[in-house]
Amino acid sequence: MSFERPDFRHPKLAKNSAGYSRKDYEGAISTLCAGCGHDSTTSALIQACFELSIEPHRVAKMSGIGCSSKTPAYFLSRSHGFNSVHGRMPSVATGANMANRDLLYIGISGDGDTASIGMGQFAHALRRNLNLNYICMNNGCYGLTKGQDSATADKGSAGKKGKPNPYTSIDLCELAIELGASYVARGFSGDKTQLVPLIKGAIAHNGLAFIDVISPCVTFNNTSTSTKSYEYVRDHIEATNTFDFVPLQQEILAHYPEGTSQEVVMHDGSIIHLHKADSSKDVTDRMKCVNNLELEKSKGRLLTGLLYVNPEIMETHDIINSTLRPLNSLTEADLCPGNNALQMINASLR
Amino acid sequence: MNKIESINDFVVRFANVNGSGSASANNLFAQAIFRLGIPVSPKNIFPSNIQGLPTWYEVRVNEHGYLGRRGGVDMSIAVNGQTLYNDYLEVLPGGYFIYDSTKELSEEFSRNDLTTIGIPLTRLCNDEFQNPKLRQLLRNIIYVGSLAYLLDMDFSVLTDSIKKQFQKKPKLAEPNIKALELGYDYAKEHHQGACKLSVRKSNKLVDEILMDGNSAIGLGAVYAGATVTGWYPITPSTSVIEAFERYAGKFRTEPDTGRHKVAIIQAEDELAALGIVIGASWNGARAFTATSGPGISLMSEFLGLAYFAEIPVVLVDVQRTGPSTGMPTRTQQSDLLSCAYASHGDTKNVLLFPCDPKECFDMGADAFDLAERLQTPIIIMSDLDLGMNDHVSAPLHWDDNRKYDRGKVLSAEDLDNLKERWGRYLDVDGDGICYRTYPGTHPTKGAYFTRGTSHNEYSAYTEYSPIYRAGMERLLVKWETARTMVPKPHIKIRDPKATVGVIFFGTTTHAAYEAISRSSKKGLKINSLRVRAFPFHDEVVDFIDRHETIFVIEQNRDAQLRTMLMAENGVSPQKMQSILYFEGMPVTADFITENILALLDKDQQAAAKSSKGEKA
Repeated sequence: MSFERPDFRHPKLAKNSAGYSRKDYEGAISTLCAGCGHDSTTSALIQACFELSIEPHRVAKMSGIGCSSKTPAYFLSRSHGFNSVHGRMPSVATGANMANRDLLYIGISGDGDTASIGMGQFAHALRRNLNLNYICMNNGCYGLTKGQDSATADKGSAGKKGKPNPYTSIDLCELAIELGASYVARGFSGDKTQLVPLIKGAIAHNGLAFIDVISPCVTFNNTSTSTKSYEYVRDHIEATNTFDFVPLQQEILAHYPEGTSQEVVMHDGSIIHLHKADSSKDVTDRMKCVNNLELEKSKGRLLTGLLYVNPEIMETHDIINSTLRPLNSLTEADLCPGNNALQMINASLR
Repeated sequence: MNKIESINDFVVRFANVNGSGSASANNLFAQAIFRLGIPVSPKNIFPSNIQGLPTWYEVRVNEHGYLGRRGGVDMSIAVNGQTLYNDYLEVLPGGYFIYDSTKELSEEFSRNDLTTIGIPLTRLCNDEFQNPKLRQLLRNIIYVGSLAYLLDMDFSVLTDSIKKQFQKKPKLAEPNIKALELGYDYAKEHHQGACKLSVRKSNKLVDEILMDGNSAIGLGAVYAGATVTGWYPITPSTSVIEAFERYAGKFRTEPDTGRHKVAIIQAEDELAALGIVIGASWNGARAFTATSGPGISLMSEFLGLAYFAEIPVVLVDVQRTGPSTGMPTRTQQSDLLSCAYASHGDTKNVLLFPCDPKECFDMGADAFDLAERLQTPIIIMSDLDLGMNDHVSAPLHWDDNRKYDRGKVLSAEDLDNLKERWGRYLDVDGDGICYRTYPGTHPTKGAYFTRGTSHNEYSAYTEYSPIYRAGMERLLVKWETARTMVPKPHIKIRDPKATVGVIFFGTTTHAAYEAISRSSKKGLKINSLRVRAFPFHDEVVDFIDRHETIFVIEQNRDAQLRTMLMAENGVSPQKMQSILYFEGMPVTADFITENILALLDKDQQAAAKSSKGEKA
């Protein structure tokens, strides 16, 4: 069952510039386990949408199957949502986006949904650069079927079942960069300060924005032997940068010492202002970004933050040169060539 | 030897090597027959290969308008060394065997019941043309020229066709016309009077067109306002999307911006192809995809989602010979069961069965209205024969006053005017079809969560048994609504008192009508019904009820339509006898006639035997 929240709104709740309060971005009450990382990720999403004054009904929430894919029920209840089939969120999101390019698409997936059954669709949504905010809630295990290792579980990591994972893990961020993603980030559900601006940047990005959110499974994979536990992640996290997301036409007030900051102007004119831990790291250089990930991994560190961005790249609609009008708004007059044209076709077939 | 003699009624078969450019020469011949006003049905019999394997092109010329395959070959144009001897053996006694006499036939070609006609194609071609690439192509054109003489065809129809074909490159028309003349002149000089088959201009074709079914479906989708397709290449369905893209390119480009009013996405597989269609339909665009049997298998999970979450889908299945890869370039009608019940759990899908290009166009367009009205997958069951071969067809027509039926969709204004609480799966009208909304419609109303998991009338997740059951039963109410909306069968009652009825569908139609007509000449009275949709219309059941015996003719091994008639309508298996053809070629009138006669004979013997038994 899903349980709706009460409608009650405190009259003095703060409103954003679109006139919505934070509550307007909430959804049904979560039925995930208490302490689940996914609920924190959901909360970060709500905050990002609220702060960016997104109109809730202009968002479409897409998901596959799994614990993570349930979460679209728990945020933005004024948006349409689509809980599709396992591993197939990217294709359903592709179709939805093709039908109406004017909505904001948030795709929620998990590590089983993305790195195993949905690997093909993940790869191809990336290479088409679909205008989609693809959030993978990554806990290294299959929660809904009770804790089997997923393909992102680190080699040697052991969850509640106790058996160390014998296989190499898949780094979704590295893969995403290599497959042509234009915005790749990694967050931690336990670090909302970092996650909220990452999501905002993704929303402003015109193309596929992939965020791998390490989101611990408290029930099956939060053991002392797991590398996806809250404790392990907190101890091994390495932020490549912290950043402010400055929406379009807002004045930048902060100033940073030279060499430690980088500005990335997004397609819509918004600015991502990065404060880098290491001035040699450039988030627009694809090869260096992959190197950074590998380098930190070899040190046993988990690199987070904005890992790679290319704001100039074309998204799917630009690539296929489709009309600027939403395809679902076109009518007979736009679409049907009429009988005269058909008679000419008949004539050409005689 | 009695030579086969006939005017406008014979079968010519070309035997070629695939990838040698024979298709355009053979098309040229079939098109010339068509332009002479004579009903013609060409069948391309090709391998799953790009170059080097045997391929045939069978052209039936038939003044009476029988467009199915007849069976047997009256004239063979054999230019493939690999199959030469078999092609020789296949010619009917009294027939004609045309070959490339640059190389003489060996001794085993010793039949004395056919006329052998040698044309030195390679020598003629090499003597005249220097360009090696052109030589290969023109060698084929030469035999078309020879045919023009042998069959006494109007030569100008061929040259006009060539000129039309090369309108933009008149330089290329020249050598083609030269090649035609070479063949014509050689045959005239060496084989005068050899052939008793001939072609005469006819008035049997008036405004008909010559078109393949896949192009007609692709064009139908353009007319129906399809804007999104996700697709994955698979023979024999690929040309549906290619046609859609071609026509969309012509009619859907914004003149001011050059942008397209269509999104065509080549997907990574058939799963994604259908996922794209489902996402787009859910979001209010008309979307479709085309595939063949193996693709249907891959789409099966998604079909279940679309059925249960009630999302319109238009899916074209151009059937080929299965199972597995089977014979991917051969035809069959063998996906009925896998499409009708595609997916896990209790699922039933609406099927449409076109039988010619006109119906491909009409059903290709109507499927979108049906899908959106019924909010469910509609599968158009074509096949390789219909999809990839050219067929003589009635011309296409579009009613310019036609409005798309987008089904039960609420606008922002509708939502504001609602007096009752809206529920996505609430059956307000009692027809099993509920009202839906598109994303982004209204700031506060009409949003819902779509899921394949069980849901209540307000689309909230539930595992409460009575609600699940009620939802499943409502889908059956919708199924009954579908039964009243799908195309009715075509019934021909030739004799109200006839006790035998035959049932068939799709590309079996033409050969079946011919077989019935031949049987009636033997004094047999047979009524017929052509199924055009599933769920079966009530008229199908009435037709079965009024006859003692039903023959079900299908191009598959397992009698799939018969199984569905038994399962869905409780027709007794004893009442229905099958005529099954599943060799991968389009079924022939000869085959159906023989089987109808044999079954009737068997019935009569059984009847005689049982009446004897009664007497004893």
